[in-house]
Amino acid sequence: MASNEVKLLSSWISPYVLRAKIALNIKRVEFESIPETLFPKSDLLLKSNPVHKKIPVLIHGDRIICESLVIVQYIDEVWASGPGILPSDPYDRAIARFWAAYIDDKWFPNVRALLVIEEDEAKKATLEQITEGLVLLEETFTKCSKGKKFFGGDNIGYLDIALGCFLAWLRVLERITDVILLGETKTPLLFKWALDFSSEPVVQPDMPDIDKLHEYSKGFSQRLKAFDKKKK
Amino acid sequence: MAEVKLLGTWGSPFSLRVEMALKLKGIEYEYVEEDLSNKSSLLLESNPVHKKIPVLLHNGKPIAESLVILEYIDETWQNGPSILPKNPYDRAMARFWAKFLDDTLAEAFRKTFASAGDEQVKAKEQVQELLKFLDNELKGKKFFGGESIGFVDIAGNALAYWMEIFAELAGIEFIATDKLPHLCAWMEVYLNSSFVKEHLPDREKLVDSFRARFQKTG
Repeated sequence: MASNEVKLLSSWISPYVLRAKIALNIKRVEFESIPETLFPKSDLLLKSNPVHKKIPVLIHGDRIICESLVIVQYIDEVWASGPGILPSDPYDRAIARFWAAYIDDKWFPNVRALLVIEEDEAKKATLEQITEGLVLLEETFTKCSKGKKFFGGDNIGYLDIALGCFLAWLRVLERITDVILLGETKTPLLFKWALDFSSEPVVQPDMPDIDKLHEYSKGFSQRLKAFDKKKK
Repeated sequence: MAEVKLLGTWGSPFSLRVEMALKLKGIEYEYVEEDLSNKSSLLLESNPVHKKIPVLLHNGKPIAESLVILEYIDETWQNGPSILPKNPYDRAMARFWAKFLDDTLAEAFRKTFASAGDEQVKAKEQVQELLKFLDNELKGKKFFGGESIGFVDIAGNALAYWMEIFAELAGIEFIATDKLPHLCAWMEVYLNSSFVKEHLPDREKLVDSFRARFQKTG
């Protein structure tokens, strides 16, 4: 393989893969998307990410990079001449990294849990936590955007990518639970941001179709539950 | 003059990471020991989301989460040794392994300590599988950062020092020299390097505080 060829082990359903795709699109990097079967996992995936066995995996020449946010930062630093993904000021960068970690460590696990929780009380509690998290993110949006369209300002940045990748799944979960998670009333700024983000040219072509994702989710919950049981 | 303040606790590896980074860069700072049973209003205001230490305050602006703080320090004070490598691929690897330590490995250790009997045996095997990855990563290297201590080494303080103490208290052996030779060698060099040694909290004091905690939770 040529030393600069870029490949991405991917799946249309994965929000983490979407992060990598958006970053590559922002930098206008040509890449080959290699769809991963996931159930079962391909040999290529197991070989290139033996630690986590997860996608996305970025293969850049002979370099292999795993973990979506690590990949996004790598893309930002390698293709440094393109539009910046992380903010340029170190303090703003720290804030962006802090909230991306919050999204992944504290907020998203609740979203994922919604797909497998069966009991009503637990479901209700989880829904509340998701909404509370979004209210917190709405405050963060006000501070980071400074009146502009995105967390990153005029253009999509790190935090936009970190949160925006989950939008399609969020909309599917709203259909499944019949509860508004990201609504105009409680989170008006994020509600608008979601529309702006989804229609950006670097995002829109790769954002999964919500009807298609909804259909997919029906079998997915079952598989997730089985996977979680096995892990315990 | 830039004002740097660190809210931390003496027994926390996360707090120590930040101190190590500040000392590596030769940055003068004011250290504030927090009482976690009676958190200061400064801490609660500076980290309202998690209410945890460490928090670095730079000219009054707070930064939380130890790894985020480490990157901030590296980017803000460019004189002095680098914490992260310069090359983007090496930086990606450093971030990957630090995250591995804090998320994957830490969770596996937690599971081991929280379980018993057969479940604990299984959990311990899982830890050892993960430690093998780290062991491989250290082949041909003195530190994760190469010739000198870097991001992953600093993040590895919990593994090198705290984990060993927990393990001893729980009566579990995780790291055997024959199975994890490079990791053992790293721990030896790391813990004995003057820079690390002079900043580690007193072992007896830590053991006493953990013993109290282990007894409380049973």
